[in-house]
Amino acid sequence: MKRRNDTWLVALTAVSAVLILVALYLALVGAPKAVMQSEIGPIVQRIIYFHIATAWVGFLAFFVTFLGGVAYLRTQARRWDIVALSSAEIGTVFMLGVLVSGSIWAKPAWGVWWVWDERLTISLIQFLVYVGYLMLRSTVDDPTRRARFAAVYGIVAFISVPINFIAIRLWRSQHPLMFGSEGGGLGPGMMFAFFFCLITFTVWYVTLMGHRICLERLRDDVEELKQRVIG
Amino acid sequence: MSYLRKILAIVWKDIVAELRTKEMFSAMFVFAVLVIVIFNFAFELRGVDRVREATPGILWVSFTFAGVLGLNRAFVLEKDRGCLEGLLLAPVDHTAVYFGKMISTLLFMLLVEVVILPVFTIFYGINLLNLRLVLIVVLGTLGFAGVGTLLSAMTAQTRAREVLLPILLLPVAAPVLIFAVKATAGVLDGLPLSDIARWLQMLVAFDVIFPAVAFMTFDYVVKE
Repeated sequence: MKRRNDTWLVALTAVSAVLILVALYLALVGAPKAVMQSEIGPIVQRIIYFHIATAWVGFLAFFVTFLGGVAYLRTQARRWDIVALSSAEIGTVFMLGVLVSGSIWAKPAWGVWWVWDERLTISLIQFLVYVGYLMLRSTVDDPTRRARFAAVYGIVAFISVPINFIAIRLWRSQHPLMFGSEGGGLGPGMMFAFFFCLITFTVWYVTLMGHRICLERLRDDVEELKQRVIG
Repeated sequence: MSYLRKILAIVWKDIVAELRTKEMFSAMFVFAVLVIVIFNFAFELRGVDRVREATPGILWVSFTFAGVLGLNRAFVLEKDRGCLEGLLLAPVDHTAVYFGKMISTLLFMLLVEVVILPVFTIFYGINLLNLRLVLIVVLGTLGFAGVGTLLSAMTAQTRAREVLLPILLLPVAAPVLIFAVKATAGVLDGLPLSDIARWLQMLVAFDVIFPAVAFMTFDYVVKE
């Protein structure tokens, strides 16, 4: 068994830790107060920096799961299955984060925890799809079959995202548009904090992916050692 | 034997099996009727307006649930007696198996739905015997069966089987439900065809996209 070089992972972890601290400062203190939504208080709207960044990672992770699935079906290489699985797990957590942080914002802003608006609904459906993906994996014992099934479901589910989005958009909408045709609701200082959070969360996602992939490889190694000892 | 003949042979096999047992149709039909009855308790449906408001939803929920029931049987039945292996060993392209299974599921679902429409008309006093409605039912069911057959082939080979199918299928098939319910509501409200056309277009898009995806991936689902 070879020892894996993980200095880059340690470095990446340190970088994302620093970035998250800076992002926290920017989101909570650094960014200018919102003027447009002053009636709901200057504090509440600060959640959007993390909220949107979380949503971005949630959907990005799903895209990576889709790509991992396609690559797996083409190559039948275990590493692509690991990528798809890791991304789906991280995406599930982030999707849950989106739902929770959105609800925390919605209560003071709209007076209710939840509305059946297009973005909320699609996020909820996306979260449930991830949960289904993980449940599917847990009910198939044979590893190659599990990888194939997961890849196919990852592809089907990803293709359903835009269709779901169109369906729900035609159905109804209430969510505030951040970048609407009227120029959007963010000033320049806020814009900086916003994109900083976006980048921070993306780096964080990559870090988590690194850790998760490492973990899965270690599991494979353990399995291999077990086989060698028993067999 | 041409590709189409192979598909039809699989469809025919399913029809013969169903004619001998009548298991699938009776289960789906009774279940669909039960859903309609339960909704009546749940919503206390009285008055023309309330009924018309609730009808599209009730109709499609009953179709969806009955469809899940049928889809579950479609592959679990084959799996149990080892028939799936036999079917896959047959000298046909695996995608022919998909289309055959998809068409037979579609036929069973449509049969149930065609009987449910007059039953619903009798129970709720709202006229559902309408050609446009039949068109919506066909388009909606096609999309549902298109993606459902692929996922059913998958879940039949898992440990959870019947439990897992609705969990995987419903979020993916949610657009079908939205489009179909909206189009149905449009027809019941007497809107002109141009107003419900966009829902129909989306249904058609769904009906093309998902069977195409299934066509490309089905091989990976059934191969050993």
